[in-house]
Amino acid sequence: MAGVTWRRLTLGVAAVYFLVPLAIAVWFTVYNESLGFSLGAYGRIVSAPGFGESLLKSLLLGAAVIVLVLLLALPALLAVRLGAPGLRPVLETITTLPLIVPPITYVVGIANALRGGTDALAATPFWQTLISIQDENFPVVLVLAYVMLALPFAYRSLDTGLRAVDVRTLVEAARNLGASWPYVLFRVILPNLRSAVAGASFLSLALVMGEYTIAALMGYRTFPVWIVTISGNDGQLSVALSVLSLGLIWLLLLTLSGAGRKSK
Amino acid sequence: MAGLTGSRRRGGGAGWLAAAPLLVVTLIAFGIPAVVLVVGAFSVKGGGFGFENLSATMREPYIGALWSSVKLSAVVAIGGAVLGAFLAQAVLTSRSGLLREAVLTASGVLANFGGVPLAFIWIATLGNSGVVTAALGLGSGVLYNFWGLALVYLYFSVPLMVLVIAPALDGLKPQWREAALNNGASTWQFWRHVGIPVLGPALLGGGVLLFGGAFAAYATAAAMVGASVPLVTLQIADALTGNVLIGYENIALALSLDMIVIALLVMAVYLPLQKRSSRWLA
Repeated sequence: MAGVTWRRLTLGVAAVYFLVPLAIAVWFTVYNESLGFSLGAYGRIVSAPGFGESLLKSLLLGAAVIVLVLLLALPALLAVRLGAPGLRPVLETITTLPLIVPPITYVVGIANALRGGTDALAATPFWQTLISIQDENFPVVLVLAYVMLALPFAYRSLDTGLRAVDVRTLVEAARNLGASWPYVLFRVILPNLRSAVAGASFLSLALVMGEYTIAALMGYRTFPVWIVTISGNDGQLSVALSVLSLGLIWLLLLTLSGAGRKSK
Repeated sequence: MAGLTGSRRRGGGAGWLAAAPLLVVTLIAFGIPAVVLVVGAFSVKGGGFGFENLSATMREPYIGALWSSVKLSAVVAIGGAVLGAFLAQAVLTSRSGLLREAVLTASGVLANFGGVPLAFIWIATLGNSGVVTAALGLGSGVLYNFWGLALVYLYFSVPLMVLVIAPALDGLKPQWREAALNNGASTWQFWRHVGIPVLGPALLGGGVLLFGGAFAAYATAAAMVGASVPLVTLQIADALTGNVLIGYENIALALSLDMIVIALLVMAVYLPLQKRSSRWLA
């Protein structure tokens, strides 16, 4: 009996703590004392200046991060299984770094490196490169930073996926039949890793769509940064955007687990 | 045999070649900022190297912010670990598949929910003109202090703990409990001698993850408390964006180094434990 009581108490307290703020947030966005019930706050999101632009920028960044993460992590992971087991501790270390280095310290390092680099290379052709990777519309520095942050998730997801595949046999069979390395990678290995690749991609996208600290401190107007700047004094709009971003995470996770289940 | 080892060795070389792009990108994207950070933290104003910046971070106002960040992270880590474990146990033993599925999915969503949107939702609830504040007549400033921040951080920390601890709790076989109870152990003795030791690594590992999450969090605190709760992340951002006197850039670097050292010390507990706990789940 005691067991049932404490369980009910725990679940009750948890339900109040987690659901009340959510319910209040949703209520706050659709009800207004002067206007009554209205979905206007959600309509204002789409018409707010910069919405499409920042969303597109974040989606582009996300696509670049996904492609780069997969292109970097997959060959390395295959190599570990095909005869370079010495690589594994190196990869484990690389993918642990973002857990140790808080984003704010990472952005301090990047900002200082860029500032120092621009001063030091002012007279050389590299200066132009340094300026162009900081381009406002498609900041390559941000892509690189996000690739480093996304690597741990992508690595774990792909590693788990590869565990279920006999990589060595597949590769040797394909190579013996005359397949080139790109053919092996794209037509033999990747189709066997569909759910792991989907997992890595969605986790990377979720990271890009939610990361605020690095983008904001470097002055890039990505979607999460736009959310903050546009909120300003419009309380209803800011909470509506919060509800929207929570919905976005939920949608991404739902797609993620859906993709995982389908291929099993 | 010799041919086989020979091909192995060649495979190894090709392997490092396949990993070369990753290693090069890491060296550029992580290595350069890391070197700049360490060199900058030890550079003194007149040129040359010294401990001037680092010793400055050991004085007020910086040491207070560091200490307050560590305290907040410890409160969130311990509170989140205990509450998360209780919640997971309550859900997993409830025998309702629907509840279990719902709580685990919700945990996945909320564990990833943070930043400024999290702050907005709590401001609407418990902020100075929040709904609950008005309904209960709590007055102003309930949320904008140390404990308010801890309350908000738990909103993503407890779900993260549920996700970390649930597989370990599932691994706790009911037969062990039955065996212990049949041999005359009390519920307390079962948890003291069987449950907690088995869950130990997962509990501690989860706690370290929560500590890291709370320690690194910046956006939520910046949107919620501004400067009223001193935190090291807020100090670094101020120094970086020039909200303070010019010439304090190296303080930001030194504070960053302090943060990384603290995170490293805490992580050093976690990494060996992760290996141990993965053995239980196998």
